[in-house]
Amino acid sequence: MPGPTDIQIVKSNAVWTLNASGDWSVKAIDQIDDKLRSIEDSNFPAIIIDTTNVSSFDTGGAWLVERLRERATRKGCSFEHRDTNKKRVELAKVVQLSSGLVPAAQTRPFQNPLELVGKAVSSAWQDFVTGCYLIGSSLKGSKSRSRHGGMRRVTSLVNQMDRMGLRAVPVIALMSFLIGAIIAQQGAYQLKFYGEELLTVYLVAILHFREIAVLLTSVMVAGRTGSAITAEIGTMKMREEIDALDVIGLNPVGVLIFPRLLALIIVLPILTLISDIAGIAGAIFISDIYIDISPTQFLYALNTEVEIVHLYVGLAKAPFMAVLIGLIAAIEGLKVGGSAESLGQRTTSAVVKSIFAVILVDGLFSIFFSVIDI
Amino acid sequence: MAQKNKRTHKNIVLSVRDINVSFGSHHVLKGLNLDVFEGEILGFVGGSGSGKSVLMRTILDLAQKQSGNIQILGEDYDTVSVENRISLDRRMGVLFQHGALFSSLTVKENIQVPMREYLNLSLQLMDELAQVKIEMVGLPALAADKYPSELSGGMIKRVALARALALDPELVFLDEPTSGLDPIGAAEFDDLIASLRDTLGLTVMMVTHDLDSLHAVCDRIAVLRDGVVLTTGTMRDMLKETDPWIVSYFQGKRARAALDQKPDMRKTRSHSQHAAVE
Repeated sequence: MPGPTDIQIVKSNAVWTLNASGDWSVKAIDQIDDKLRSIEDSNFPAIIIDTTNVSSFDTGGAWLVERLRERATRKGCSFEHRDTNKKRVELAKVVQLSSGLVPAAQTRPFQNPLELVGKAVSSAWQDFVTGCYLIGSSLKGSKSRSRHGGMRRVTSLVNQMDRMGLRAVPVIALMSFLIGAIIAQQGAYQLKFYGEELLTVYLVAILHFREIAVLLTSVMVAGRTGSAITAEIGTMKMREEIDALDVIGLNPVGVLIFPRLLALIIVLPILTLISDIAGIAGAIFISDIYIDISPTQFLYALNTEVEIVHLYVGLAKAPFMAVLIGLIAAIEGLKVGGSAESLGQRTTSAVVKSIFAVILVDGLFSIFFSVIDI
Repeated sequence: MAQKNKRTHKNIVLSVRDINVSFGSHHVLKGLNLDVFEGEILGFVGGSGSGKSVLMRTILDLAQKQSGNIQILGEDYDTVSVENRISLDRRMGVLFQHGALFSSLTVKENIQVPMREYLNLSLQLMDELAQVKIEMVGLPALAADKYPSELSGGMIKRVALARALALDPELVFLDEPTSGLDPIGAAEFDDLIASLRDTLGLTVMMVTHDLDSLHAVCDRIAVLRDGVVLTTGTMRDMLKETDPWIVSYFQGKRARAALDQKPDMRKTRSHSQHAAVE
């Protein structure tokens, strides 16, 4: 077994001789790095390093020798690398840095908050412009430049509707059922004090039809489908598939984004309706076992007391939500850069932005509907 | 390691025995045997889809084999202990076909990943070593802080090689190192691999379709055909083979063009290797 990685210094007036020993491979050189650096910084007349007794020597050790040579040369001292094995001498020459050491890239420690605000505003404006462009390109349709093939996208549309709609039915139905049940239970519990349990029907129906169903569905779809759209388009962008579509003469927006957008616009109202039905079913279930309102009574109250317009208000909002979710997802997808990290970032921001937008727009709709008195 | 003589005593660095690999009903490798000797550059050829990459992945334990035995640097992946497995991993380097660089790390950070994982080096020393590797593989020093998406195909290959060499491995696997490079870049890459072999004492197993690099740097060539190694030997042996597939591979139109070009264009650099092999 060779001795520990070390270096002995023999100093004379004319020259310092360094005898290296032990393991000078990359896994051990940290043990002598500091020592060598202090030698490099001291005042030596001339330097000879002898690596003959070193047990193993690779580019790591070679770099230490080379660094010593570089420092010695810069000071104008003579330097010699001695080794009976010529290969090691050669190796030390291979690792020579032609351009010298490059200082590490400076990261900016402080960013002006105003600059951040400015960037956010300008990127929001950019998003808006891209959104308008996407809507325009989508309206132009999925036709290729040769104006053929518009109908061929039907398969793609049906496929998208299957993935976005049909497969989302179980989770949306289940969540709506539970939320309908929870609202009914809470409503009934609070209204019991006033002896007005029957109002629960009214409460659940209006709340669910007007707000909960469409919000819940939109948030679910934003998380489930919006992220998928961003990831799909982003990956295609990364692999130049979008450029390929363009070169072949297809309109990438028409081929990729239009079917997804259209599928979302068709599917989201349907999912909202399913959510309405499931939510009411949950409320019926709880009312039956908790406040002794039988399903027949519940449905009768629903029919006579609750106007159908509440349902329409909810459903009318759904297509707008669909456009928002689809556009934001597509915009973020097109912003994906070269790295896996940016794909993750864009997907996250697509979901966050679309949920935020959905809630904001829902608030605006509420104001609008109360102004026009519906 | 570097001082050992390359070819006088042929230590076997990698030995593959009776490997069977199949995916479903598709039998890819059927009882394949292969030896790689210390200090050599082995070129591994075969038709597209013949299982070259599968073999490499099986050797690296990335693909499951049904049966067989693989000894790398004296260890067997199936029976190796955890500590030995770790030290085995750092004695090997791999260049994947498409580079497989980490896209969210810069070039320098990519090269430092194995160093950070296995070594206890100061940040300054790691930066220096990363820069040494970057220049060793012929990249400009300024490439250190670039991200993989900002690099050209040839640069990606070089960075991938630098990462494969980060820990000074004894055995390096290269999967189509020169594919997608221009002829000048490919020739430089060949030279680089040969000179690294000579200075660092590397053993290289290289999957390649590039007849020029087979001529220029490979000491030995192994031909994969129908799930087994059909034959191994030097380029000269390959040219004497009578198997129709080998004949059309090494003496087809493209091969002849590469051969014709060899005497004048590649004489200087292939000279030393051929002398050593023969």
